[in-house]
Amino acid sequence: MNIVVCVKHVPDATADRRFESDNTVDRVGVDGLLSELDEYAVEQALQIKEKSDNPEETKVTALCVGPEKAVDAVRKALQMGADEGILVSDEAIAGSDYVATSLVLAKAISKAGEERAVDLVICGMASTDAAGSVVPAMLAEQLNLPQVTFASVVETQGDQVRVKRDGDTATEVIGGTMPLVLSVTDQTGEARYPSFKGIMAAKKKPLETWSLSDLGVDAGDVGLSVAWTQVEDTTERPPRSAGEIVKDEDGSGATALTEFLASKKFI
Amino acid sequence: MSEVLVLIDHVDGAVRKPTYELLAIAKRLGEPSAVFIGGADQASGAAEAVKKYGAEKVYTVDDTEIKGYLVAPKAEVLQQLAEKTSPAAILISSSFEGKEIAGRLAIKLKSGIITDAVDVQSSEGGPVTTQSVFAGNFTVQAKVTKGTPIITVKPNAAAPEEGDGAGAVEEFAATISDAAKSAKIVASQPRQASGRPELTEAAIVVAGGRGTGGNFEPIEGFADALGAAVGASRAAVDSGWTPHTFQIGQTGKTVSPQLYVANGISGAIQHRAGMQTSKTIVAVNKDDEAPIFELVDFGVVGDLHTVLPAATEQINKRKG
Repeated sequence: MNIVVCVKHVPDATADRRFESDNTVDRVGVDGLLSELDEYAVEQALQIKEKSDNPEETKVTALCVGPEKAVDAVRKALQMGADEGILVSDEAIAGSDYVATSLVLAKAISKAGEERAVDLVICGMASTDAAGSVVPAMLAEQLNLPQVTFASVVETQGDQVRVKRDGDTATEVIGGTMPLVLSVTDQTGEARYPSFKGIMAAKKKPLETWSLSDLGVDAGDVGLSVAWTQVEDTTERPPRSAGEIVKDEDGSGATALTEFLASKKFI
Repeated sequence: MSEVLVLIDHVDGAVRKPTYELLAIAKRLGEPSAVFIGGADQASGAAEAVKKYGAEKVYTVDDTEIKGYLVAPKAEVLQQLAEKTSPAAILISSSFEGKEIAGRLAIKLKSGIITDAVDVQSSEGGPVTTQSVFAGNFTVQAKVTKGTPIITVKPNAAAPEEGDGAGAVEEFAATISDAAKSAKIVASQPRQASGRPELTEAAIVVAGGRGTGGNFEPIEGFADALGAAVGASRAAVDSGWTPHTFQIGQTGKTVSPQLYVANGISGAIQHRAGMQTSKTIVAVNKDDEAPIFELVDFGVVGDLHTVLPAATEQINKRKG
């Protein structure tokens, strides 16, 4: 089996995330890392490999689109256990919207499958920065593949994929036949930490960097200037003014809480 | 005036509230045309429902052929309807399914897409959306610059507006490709109604976290006294104390109620992402250094297992 897992390098959610003057996300001045939600995708890729009939024959490739430093996200995936890494990096890609991002990913997946067709594309449920959740569906559309998405439980058997999906109004079981695009939620289970052995082994794993011309993508089709959406303004939410905090002593907390709710007309 | 397509979000023909909110937004942008994809026997009921909230037209698409397939066929239906009607915008609820339909549609129509709008207003250059990003720390104003604006909208982005539209029903026969029918819904288990308000629609949300120790009774009692929905932090969900559908935060629901009460929840950034835009925030937590206290309008440092039951009793007394 040939698995490509898409990983995104994002600004650390616990850092002071902000925008550049052109209203794109500041990806340079803020510490970045492998998007937490993509760790679950890497984990599922590795589990599918490990559980497959022939793990030695199954290849997991971590694919990332981003600036040079985004290679850290690929490295993390390799340390976790992915076999190979690909970073697509090109200045022209900066500021790309969802559509252009999905185009670049799709072309990279096609190239990664030139010698051996890709059976499974695995994504996280969303990035932790843009949080759009639309790229997996777009990838499926670009590649003309089925999508089996937002899986909270994943099972594979041969080329069959079956997942549980928790929607707003129902819990569904979705089935599909590879090749397909799979996205997984954080409910699929803890992602492993890289072991020391894994970290050492990762240094020797193949890691390629591709440019747009390697993919045959016209630089004029991607990037901020041709994005199909435009951010006009970004505004930082004013900090919340400090509230009143009381200490509960002998039941005073409950009374104070009730009084507060009544004063705001919630009772 | 151009039509604005609104995809009806429904369960077996019962129209869900976010649809009415989309219709209110559609009125700002043009003439609301609702799109019903569902059972032929449910179409007239759904059409009546959306007419009351201003739908001028209702396109009904019989889903006999496509029911049981995931996302892709609905994107094809909307593509064909968009090509027929050249709408000013297409509005879809920001559910898992809604966002994915929108994503596929954007590629098909070569149109820009904006997800998770919390507000949409009209302007000369087309719809302008507001989004809440970076865990609610920033708001972003954006618009679509190519093709038909495809916008997915969060619940509570607008108040539903009653007022009859013409509600002219038109059956629409879409052509669905075989490729769209490849991911199959094998089984579906409808969610049990809790009897409490929907989490994303509720005016008041009472949530519990690790500090409950697995006992949600104080949370539920307090919620019921206030007529609130019950939510949970990821820690409570991961511990198996409450189903994932109750999770508030980055990987769960985003809520923006009038009042949010966080109990035994420390307030990590992932949780904040799901509740930071609430109007009034209250917290009860034993740890006076819990980061949640940085957000609150009112906080009680104390044990939720004693504070909440006592407060519940007082509230119930006041209500008589």
